[in-house]
Amino acid sequence: MIRPAPNRGFDGSANDFWKMIGLVFAALIGLTLLATVWSLSSREAGAAEPIRWAADTESGAPLVFQDPKNPGNIIGFEREVIEGAAKRLGRPATLVHNAWDGLIPGLARGNYDVIVNGLEITDERKKEIAFSDPYFITYEQLTVRKDESRIQSLEDCRGKKVGTLKFSLAQTILEKFGGIEIVTYEAEPTSYEDLKNGRTDAVLLDAPLAIYNAKPNPALKLVGAPVGRIEYGIGMKKSDTALLADLNRALGEMAKDGELRKIYERYALWNPLMAEKFGDKRPGTIDPPDMYEYFLNASHRERTWEDRAKLYVTFIPILAKGALTTLHISLFAMVLAVAFGLALALMRLYGPKPVSFAALLYIELIRGTPLLIQLFFIFYALPYAGLKLSPFVAAVLGLGLNYAAYEAENYRGGIAGVPKSQSEAGLALGLSHGQTIRHIVIPQALRIVIPPITNDFISLLKDSSLVSVITMVELTKLYGQLASTYYDFLGTGVLVAAFYLLLGLPFVRLARYVELRLTPGAVTETKPGFSKRILFRA
Amino acid sequence: MSIVTLRGLKKSFGTHEVLKGIDLDVEPGDLVCFIGRSGCGKSTLLRTLNGLEVLDEGTIDIAGHSLSRGSKSEPLDERFHRKAQDLRQHCGMVFQDFRLFPHMNLLENVVLAQTVGRKIPRDEAVAIAESLLGKVGLLAHKDKMPAQLSGGQSQRGAIARALALSPAVMLYDEPTSALDPELVDEVLAVMKALDQEGMTQLVVTHEMRFARDASDFVVYMEEGAIVEIAPPDVLFSSPKDDRTRQFLRKFL
Repeated sequence: MIRPAPNRGFDGSANDFWKMIGLVFAALIGLTLLATVWSLSSREAGAAEPIRWAADTESGAPLVFQDPKNPGNIIGFEREVIEGAAKRLGRPATLVHNAWDGLIPGLARGNYDVIVNGLEITDERKKEIAFSDPYFITYEQLTVRKDESRIQSLEDCRGKKVGTLKFSLAQTILEKFGGIEIVTYEAEPTSYEDLKNGRTDAVLLDAPLAIYNAKPNPALKLVGAPVGRIEYGIGMKKSDTALLADLNRALGEMAKDGELRKIYERYALWNPLMAEKFGDKRPGTIDPPDMYEYFLNASHRERTWEDRAKLYVTFIPILAKGALTTLHISLFAMVLAVAFGLALALMRLYGPKPVSFAALLYIELIRGTPLLIQLFFIFYALPYAGLKLSPFVAAVLGLGLNYAAYEAENYRGGIAGVPKSQSEAGLALGLSHGQTIRHIVIPQALRIVIPPITNDFISLLKDSSLVSVITMVELTKLYGQLASTYYDFLGTGVLVAAFYLLLGLPFVRLARYVELRLTPGAVTETKPGFSKRILFRA
Repeated sequence: MSIVTLRGLKKSFGTHEVLKGIDLDVEPGDLVCFIGRSGCGKSTLLRTLNGLEVLDEGTIDIAGHSLSRGSKSEPLDERFHRKAQDLRQHCGMVFQDFRLFPHMNLLENVVLAQTVGRKIPRDEAVAIAESLLGKVGLLAHKDKMPAQLSGGQSQRGAIARALALSPAVMLYDEPTSALDPELVDEVLAVMKALDQEGMTQLVVTHEMRFARDASDFVVYMEEGAIVEIAPPDVLFSSPKDDRTRQFLRKFL
């Protein structure tokens, strides 16, 4: 039989088929190369190599956070500390956004030189990375609801729910204390929000976080004596011994000449522990603490609806930028998914047995594992195999390769939906298998698969929020940043949702239009106020 | 010198032998109608003739393009597939259900095989397509999509599409069976006109009137074998074989 049948070896007259597959692969390889070159070239530095420092910009005040009056601008005492130190070394400092969970893996990957993000110096971490001398010393602070009377100390927390940050020293303290049900969070604003809403009974977190997030909140109060002692150090690779020495020298100078103290006073964070350590017991010189008040005034006052409206207007350009990133990633990923998916479907349907099996294996493997794991794998695991991709390329590849598996199945369904009599008619006209597939089967299959592909694009647009875990600052990441700075999860959330909706809508319309265009002999009518609809379909 | 030569053509589906060794010679310019009961193998014969079904055994030769196989166990190699494609490029095939490509207009349907298969330059292919559509009376409809055409128009379009390859032979598989009775004649008229021009045509049909009026020879088949070949006036008025007579009694 000479009809195209699934899983049959392809005969030599199907040159076109291989040409097509080749073309798709050439495009893929080209895209990857281009992206790699781009990501490499973007890392070339000028004369003074900048110190690339990483922080989770969702970690919030006062460490590293969005400037409440100038959203989009990242401020915080850690920024001032690392910039001050870098300046003393004659080097600029550039911030790299990175999720808190991924800070140490990102360092190992070489995404940045140092971590400056409330990283407590612990013996456990010292096994993995090197720490500078502490640049900041503080303690853990217990916070409860205003009307709470049962809890005065950590002792009283036994048998209750206590929130804290994932992988923090506070978590270790709570675990060692025992008898406490621990709830961990990615970011402190949500931990205090849950406390306020009664989902937990107390929160134990580093004092600066409590001072900034809980103290100004009328629903919460700080209780009990300081718990433990925390030292923040700048984290870096153990091999970076020269950088370690440089930073320690710079920090030492800053402690001695009072620059560190000045920073902390402005942020209302100077405490006896630091006075002891830095050997500086002079009374405070800066009053009031301007940065603290700046933050409180801007972010913690009760906002009127008018204030809110004004605030949201300032969010729009920031979110628009994030939306552009989201769109950018999604479009590239979808192009990859649509092209590679078609190649996979053709390989599976018409390729020789081993090729067909490989395609099937790929499809099942990808569809059977979570996208999040795939993204982590591409971004954090591939570097161990020597393949280091920029966050953007990793995001596009991760999403694109994932969705390709789903598109392949869409195409397969579409190709199966084209009657065999059509390909027979093509063959009867003396066309080869490849020509028949390309000019007769695929164009008709495309029409069938456009609706499911559009649906997939819209879900890809939403799934692109997952790439925030590999340091891409897109819509969802910005939502976290803005909401945690302003304690406004509701309004900001609605705004972000609106952006996602706006991104998706044009594609829904486009799909409807294309489907209409591709429907042979479709007779359409336009009713006033309605979009064109198909009345009759062949 | 015949333009279609079949020798010992065999084909079976599973254990069911559909063609039991067909020998046939068709002279250039002849219009040959194949008649017989459903399942007698006449459609399979046509489909095997241009390689849409792979023959098990025998030889096919159409205007010097041949395909042969010693036995069913003979493996099908790349050369065989190339030859089958070559054969198809010199046969025009028209199906019962038209099979126009729904995603392109009538003109493109006729252009496609020329530009893609034969690599004829597009403007040349369009000129050929327009002249063929003119011939079957559809030039005014060239921009219509297949779904906008009537059955008769579709089948005439399908004939134009098959003619675009300037085939040595036209094969028709029940070309009028799917048509409303009042549309049958317009298709048959086109076929008659082609006959006038000297086209060799092989037609599987249930249209006895057409077989009698238009064909040069009629082939009566039964159970995968040719029972009788004769000019229509002979076959329809005084068939030699009893089986032919029995079959025709039902129609006439």
